[in-house]
Amino acid sequence: MDQIAVTAIGVLFAVSTLALLALGLAIIFGMMGVLNLAQGEFLMLGAYTVLVTTSHGLSVWVGILLAPVVVGAIGVVFERLIIRFLYGRPLDTMLATWGLSLALVGAVTLIMGPTTEGVGTPLGSIEIGRYGFSVYRLVVIAISVGAVLVTYFVLRYTRFGLIARATMQAPRLVAVSGVEPRLVYMWTFGCGAALAGLAGAVMAPLTGVVPSMGLAFIAKIFITVMVGGSTVLLGTAASAGVLGLVESATSYASTPIYGQVAMLTMALILLRLLPNGMSGLWRGGL
Amino acid sequence: MAGWAVSRSETALWTAAALSLAGLPQLLSLFQVVQLTVFVIFAILALSLDFIWGVAGILSFGQAALFGIGGYMYGIVAINFAMTPLGLVAGMLGPAVIAALIGYVAFYGRVGSMYLAVVTLTVTLILYQVMGSTADPRYAIGDASLGGYNGMTNIPSLSLAGGPPLGPVENFYTTGALLFLALMFFVALTRTSYGRILQGIRENEPRMELLGYDVRWRKLLAFVISAAFAGLAGALFASWGNFINPEVFSLPQAAMVVIWVLVGGRGTLWGAILGTVVVQYLTSLLGEAGATYTTMALGSMLIAIVLLFPRGLAPALIQGMAIVLRRRPPVAAGR
Repeated sequence: MDQIAVTAIGVLFAVSTLALLALGLAIIFGMMGVLNLAQGEFLMLGAYTVLVTTSHGLSVWVGILLAPVVVGAIGVVFERLIIRFLYGRPLDTMLATWGLSLALVGAVTLIMGPTTEGVGTPLGSIEIGRYGFSVYRLVVIAISVGAVLVTYFVLRYTRFGLIARATMQAPRLVAVSGVEPRLVYMWTFGCGAALAGLAGAVMAPLTGVVPSMGLAFIAKIFITVMVGGSTVLLGTAASAGVLGLVESATSYASTPIYGQVAMLTMALILLRLLPNGMSGLWRGGL
Repeated sequence: MAGWAVSRSETALWTAAALSLAGLPQLLSLFQVVQLTVFVIFAILALSLDFIWGVAGILSFGQAALFGIGGYMYGIVAINFAMTPLGLVAGMLGPAVIAALIGYVAFYGRVGSMYLAVVTLTVTLILYQVMGSTADPRYAIGDASLGGYNGMTNIPSLSLAGGPPLGPVENFYTTGALLFLALMFFVALTRTSYGRILQGIRENEPRMELLGYDVRWRKLLAFVISAAFAGLAGALFASWGNFINPEVFSLPQAAMVVIWVLVGGRGTLWGAILGTVVVQYLTSLLGEAGATYTTMALGSMLIAIVLLFPRGLAPALIQGMAIVLRRRPPVAAGR
C-alpha cells in the first residue's frame, strides 16, 4: 500500500515536471511555429538565477519567483536580436537558436565555471510508511499543475490570450484589426522563455546547476512537444502523460537512460500512427 | 541523356583535383598529411549532409550520429574479425539500417521537415547518453568493449587484403580516393533522373507529388544513401585515430557538420569539401584557446551565417567577387 502510494507520487512527479518543462517550448512552437533549440539553455539560465539568489543569502523561493522575470527578459532580448529576422524560415530559426544554445553554454561556462553547483532542497521530507518522501517534490507537482492551469486561463479568458490565439490562426486579420503581430510574437516568445525559466528554477534544487544541464532535458522536451502536436495545452498535457508514464515505468525497471530510449521509441511509434501528434485525436481546443 | 555529357572544362577540373590530391603528400610533412587525412574524412561526412540537405532539401541534424554509429560498427568488426575492409562495409550498413528505420517513420508518416530535424537531434542526444553509460566491462560485443565515455580503444587501422596496416601516406591516398569517388558518385547521382526528381522535391514537394512521383521512397532512399556515406566517414575516422568515443554524438560535433556545409554553400557538393577544410583549419588554430571558446565561436558563427549569409559563405563570397569584377553573378550548381 505504501509502496503503491510512493510509486503513484513518483509517476505523478515525472508526468507533471515533464509538462512544466515542455510548456514553454509548447507555447513558442504552437503559437509561433518556432522550434527554439535554446530552450534547454533557458532552463539552465533559470536554474542559475536560483543559484545566484541563494548564494546572496536569499531564499530559494525568491529565486523561483525571480527566474521567470529574468529569463523572460533574456528571451525578449534574443527575440529582438535574432529570431525576429527569421520568421517564416523555420529551419533557419532552428539553426540560429542552435547556435544560440551553444553560445550560451560557452558563455555561462566562462562566467560561472564548468562545475556542478548544488542548491539545498527546501522543506525536508515526510514519511509514508517505511518510505521517506521530499515535500519539495509535492510542491513541484503543485507548481507544475498551477503553471499549466494559469497558462490555460490566460490563453482562454484574457485579452492577451485572445490576441495571441488570433495571431496564431490569422496574423493578417490581427494586423488589420490594429495589433502588430510581430509584437505579439515578441511577448509570446518572452512568455515561453519565462516558463522555461520557472521550470529550470524549480528543478535546480533537485538536479544541481551546471552549464550543460539543458542537455539533460531537451531530448525529453522536444519529444513531448512533437508528440503533443498543434494544440498547445491539451496536446502537451496528453503527451506528457503518456510519455512520462512510459519513461518513469522504464526508469524504475532499469535505468533513467533506458527510460529516455523507451520514451523515444514510444514517440516514434506515436508519430507513425498520428502524424499530427496527440492533437490529431481531437478537434480544436487549446 | 544530355545530363551525362561532361564538358571539357569539367573534365579538366576533375583531373586537376585528382592530381592535386595525389601531389599533396609530396609537399607536406608527415604530421600535416595525418592532419589532412582527418579533414578528408570529415569532408566525406560534410558531403553526405550536403547531399541530403542541399540537394534533397531534407535537414538532418543526425549526420554526426550516423558517423558515430559507423565508427563504432567499424570498431566492433575490426576488433573481432581480422578483416578491416569488412569493417568499412559494416560501417556503411549499420547507419543505413538506422536511417532506414528513422526515415520510414518520418517519410511514410509524412511528418514535417522540422520534425525530422528534431527526431535526428533527439536520437543524437540519446545515443550520447546511452553510449556514455556503457563503461561497465559487461557492455562488450565479442572482444570489443564499448568503454562508456572513454570510448572504444585499440581499434585496428585499415589494411587492404590481409596486408599490414596502411601507413600515413597510404592512408591519405585511400581516404582521398574514397572522397574523390564519393564526390563523383554524388555529382553523377544529381544528374540522373532520380537526382533531378530529388531536386524537384526540394523546390516544390506537392507539385512533384501531383506530377505522380512517389516522394516517400525517394526521400527515404536519399536519406539511407547519405547515412551510408556518413557511416563510411565514421569508419575511416575510427581507423584513423584507432579509437572512437561518445563525443561524436555531442551537440557541438553535430553542429559542426551543419556549419561546414553552411560555410561551403548548400547544394554545391564541392562547397561542402571546401567548407570543411577551411572551418577545420580555423578551429584547429582556435582549439589552442580551449574548448569553451571553441563552443562559443561555433555558436556565434552559426547565428551569424544564418542571419547574414543564408545561402552560405562561399556562394556569398563568389557573388561579392562577381559584383566587384562587374560581371553577372554565376548561377550556383543545382539551382
